[in-house]
Amino acid sequence: MSWFTETLQSSLGKKLLMALTGLFLIIFLITHLAGNLQLLYGTKDDFNQYAKFMTTFPPIKAVSYLLYASILGHAVYGLMLTLKNRQARPVQYAYNQPTANSTWSSRNMGILGTMILIFLVIHMKSFWYEMHWGAIPEVNGFKDLHGVTVEAFKSPLYVLFYVLAMAALAFHLMHGFQSAFQSLGWNHPKYTPLIQALGTGISLLIPALFALIPVVMLLTNS
Amino acid sequence: MILDSKIPAGPISEKWSKHKFNLKLVNPANKRKFEVIVVGSGLAGASAAASLAELGYKVKCYCFQDSPRRAHSIAAQGGINAAKNYPNDGDSVYRLFYDTIKGGDYRAREANVHRLAEVSVNIIDQCVAQGVPFAREYGGHLDNRSFGGAQVSRTFYSRGMTGQQLLLGAYSALSRQIGLGNVQMFTRTEMLDVVMVDGQARGIITRNLVTGAIEKHAAHAVCLATGGYGNVFYLSTNARGSNVTAAWRAHKKGALFANPCFTQIHPTCIPVSGDHQSKLTLMSESLRNDGRVWVPKAKGDSRRPEDIPEDERDYYLERIYPSFGNLVPRDVASRNAKQMCDDGRGVGASGLAVYLDFSDAIKRLGESVVKQKYGNLFDMYQQITGENPYKTPMRMYPAVHYTMGGLWVDYNLMTTVPGLYALGESNFSDHGANRLGASALMQGLADGYFVIPFTIGDYLASANLKPVKTDHPAFAEAENNVRDRINKLLSIKGKLTVKEIHQKLGKIMWDYCGMARSEEGLKHAKALIQELKSQFWNDVNVLGGGEELNQSLEHAGRLADFLELGELMVDDALHRNESCGGHFRTEYQTEENEAKRDDENFCYVAAWEYTGDNAPENLHKEPLVFENVKLSQRSYK
Amino acid sequence: MNLTLKVWRQKNNQEYGRLETYKIGDISPDMSFLEMLDVLNEDLTRKSIEPIAFDHDCREGVCGMCSLYINGRAHGPKFGTTTCQLHMRSFKDGDTIVIEPWRARAFPVLRDLVVDRGAFDRIMQKGGFVSVDTGSAPDANIIPIPKPVAEKAMDAAACIGCGACVAACKNASAMLFVSAKVSQLALLPQGQVERQTRVEKMVAQMDKEGFGNCSNTGACSAECPKEISVENIARMNREYFSARLTGTEI
Repeated sequence: MSWFTETLQSSLGKKLLMALTGLFLIIFLITHLAGNLQLLYGTKDDFNQYAKFMTTFPPIKAVSYLLYASILGHAVYGLMLTLKNRQARPVQYAYNQPTANSTWSSRNMGILGTMILIFLVIHMKSFWYEMHWGAIPEVNGFKDLHGVTVEAFKSPLYVLFYVLAMAALAFHLMHGFQSAFQSLGWNHPKYTPLIQALGTGISLLIPALFALIPVVMLLTNS
Repeated sequence: MILDSKIPAGPISEKWSKHKFNLKLVNPANKRKFEVIVVGSGLAGASAAASLAELGYKVKCYCFQDSPRRAHSIAAQGGINAAKNYPNDGDSVYRLFYDTIKGGDYRAREANVHRLAEVSVNIIDQCVAQGVPFAREYGGHLDNRSFGGAQVSRTFYSRGMTGQQLLLGAYSALSRQIGLGNVQMFTRTEMLDVVMVDGQARGIITRNLVTGAIEKHAAHAVCLATGGYGNVFYLSTNARGSNVTAAWRAHKKGALFANPCFTQIHPTCIPVSGDHQSKLTLMSESLRNDGRVWVPKAKGDSRRPEDIPEDERDYYLERIYPSFGNLVPRDVASRNAKQMCDDGRGVGASGLAVYLDFSDAIKRLGESVVKQKYGNLFDMYQQITGENPYKTPMRMYPAVHYTMGGLWVDYNLMTTVPGLYALGESNFSDHGANRLGASALMQGLADGYFVIPFTIGDYLASANLKPVKTDHPAFAEAENNVRDRINKLLSIKGKLTVKEIHQKLGKIMWDYCGMARSEEGLKHAKALIQELKSQFWNDVNVLGGGEELNQSLEHAGRLADFLELGELMVDDALHRNESCGGHFRTEYQTEENEAKRDDENFCYVAAWEYTGDNAPENLHKEPLVFENVKLSQRSYK
Repeated sequence: MNLTLKVWRQKNNQEYGRLETYKIGDISPDMSFLEMLDVLNEDLTRKSIEPIAFDHDCREGVCGMCSLYINGRAHGPKFGTTTCQLHMRSFKDGDTIVIEPWRARAFPVLRDLVVDRGAFDRIMQKGGFVSVDTGSAPDANIIPIPKPVAEKAMDAAACIGCGACVAACKNASAMLFVSAKVSQLALLPQGQVERQTRVEKMVAQMDKEGFGNCSNTGACSAECPKEISVENIARMNREYFSARLTGTEI
């Protein structure tokens, strides 16, 4: 085993990967959100053009493979870590009161992550799969992803599912953002309060705006 | 038996260096042929085991706790003395030597104490190199504070956790040697006997405290670093597990026990709150640097301390001892506290306490500075008593803390049994009749780091040691004795619990062999202990079996030895018709109620020889010769 | 005070254990938690029931021997306290108190409430030291150490090795314990020589012992009787990655 793989297989190395993929996914979320907000303030064509650009422009395509790898890596490593952590305590406490010493989200990253993963599968099926391989009619020379989106968010149940998923994302980020910095070793009395504030801001703002899109579309299109 | 202390000839300051030169050496290749057993993993044990292993000896180390890091040295709070003279306030090796001899009320060996003062400077160097985080000045250099019995600041400290940090330093050195395979560590293992072959200590018998297995271990020499016996009083500042068993077993195999009645009562402990109390908690002597001790001037004054005006308070230590003030030695401070309480001026619900007041220090330094210096002690006080010492003075009462007595050792730290050494608190050597604050840590580390590595080589090189393995009949015999004793304890199945009997023994010892002793009381105590001993062996109830983790059995075995030791302590106190240091016989006091020594008749070490069960022990005397310090009445006024 | 106690009883490492219920009366609020257990054990002994085995020694909060999981919390309901320093005034008359041993694969139960924490010692043996043989030290004042650095090192060095961090962590992770020692020696000049190999070896041993991973819940620090900061864990992460990336040992 080389020093490199050995490092990545150590407990700290696995955490490093979780942190790096996690932070990368947060950056992706921000760009994804910026693009999607066009659903609220842009024209139909703007959005469709943007969708085409995102799926065909080569550098973005290259980054997208990194993104898929990050999602998979984050999930697979998360699962491995969770299993190992379960094994570390074969006999559970008969009575436990973890609320006294830690936040709910920090203790439930696995469950929150699983919820987000399920959401991702459905979300990608609805849009990403359709965009790549589905039969989407063309409008003004672009695949009409905007239309697909409008159609999808006419269902109140589907919108509710999105809102709930974004709530899970909020809790996941609430712990995940600052935890990533801690795993990377970036904890300093001068900067940690900033990271924590930023983390809270991001974990509330990003999911809230994401959730706003289907809600607004539901209200304006039905 | 003539006690040969093997003190080297020559001027005091050259004795140790000359002696080191005269000691025989074991060449490096031969060292790995020698096995050494170290029992105990406190400051003395861990430092000895690590240092001997570094030299190349094969070491086996034992502790009854689950890790060597938990030995009771860890609880020492205040600091460690060293004659570094960093503050430039007039300290020197000679002054530390002088203060220690005087503080011990002239009942310690000059040569040993001088050596202790000499190596004290090396200890600090060693500990700093290990990464012990001592307190520092803003310039980055080491900080010092002062302790009782000294007018210089020579005490190095790590907040109120100096013992912890020093022990973790020694533990790290020991861990390194364990990792390298040079030390074999046995945790949760209690030594129950010494094995003698041809008159030499050649091994020990232990009990594995998890499985109950009785195990045999052979070696070329055995070092006991098993601490003090303060728990004979049941309530003391010692850890609950601290015991005399290893030392007492050695005593029964021929090692003389010296000055058993010299016990130190620490003046500042949190007072007893009820019968349930299982241990007493010390508040470091360093608190007397800034805290002022007082009681109300009027008897039975039950006002809250904040309500008693300044002119109705008696800062009695400052009044009686103006030059040392609150920093008089421990025996003096304890005796005065007892005196105040006996006069009816004690405070608190029981009337058995005096105030230790920080309001002046907080006014002078500010709460944050006081917090930085003593924060963890204040927190501990608040946790135990539920009172906030930043707002109201602490209540303090003396409690048993340290035992100056222990196995008699010569200058090489060897007991009267060839090949059997005693280190740290388990020997009697350096503190005379009273130990100065911050000197226990110094002695434990001096013995382990800087004395035993030299002296043990001399023995191993010169004693004619035949190969001995654990199949030698002496091991089988010792093992059988240990088994018989355990079976006996388990088979009594009486009505009294071990704790009950221990509490009774403690009360007898505290009442009659504690801070004040009298002939009449001691005689009475002897009869009571004998009666209690027979009660123990006829009516104790130890549940469970021998082949399992059985804490009652452990406690019972230790108590059985305490019962025998208690009687010897009483005998020793009874025979010493003088008062000195912590040994205060009410018949022998000056007009000002100070201890009155009798140098003409008692300027000796009393070393007791075991002669058989229930037989009186033989007294041997090692005369103390003072060539450098003039014997005088101690005065701290 | 009258209390109902549910205590974990287990004969040895091989057999299964279970919670037993005991009633106990006449408990004074001034008693420490362990003194309350002493009273219970006296009671049990008189009734010819084998007393409960629990680890304890100094009873002043520094040896790290006591290790009880009380009412779902390591060392009980108070923060910054060991079990021996927990007093019964923290409970109410009529309370039911559940007492369990530390639970972790790396800390097997030996009997009742006693666990084996040898894993901690083995981690320390891999690198929790400065390799300096006795007698080879220079004068103590040769290396000045800034006071804030010494204080920070002391904060980390205050660890008593009780294992509450492992017990409280949902993953039974030993990161706080290991990082406290790594931090202390990484901060001090004395620890620089072995800085990289130390953290690598200690982390490797920690993983080998079967502790879980750190998921930064902070429970360890919250329940630590010495309130050791998770800043140390971040420092250890930093030390580890830098050692792995730049260290010469492959």
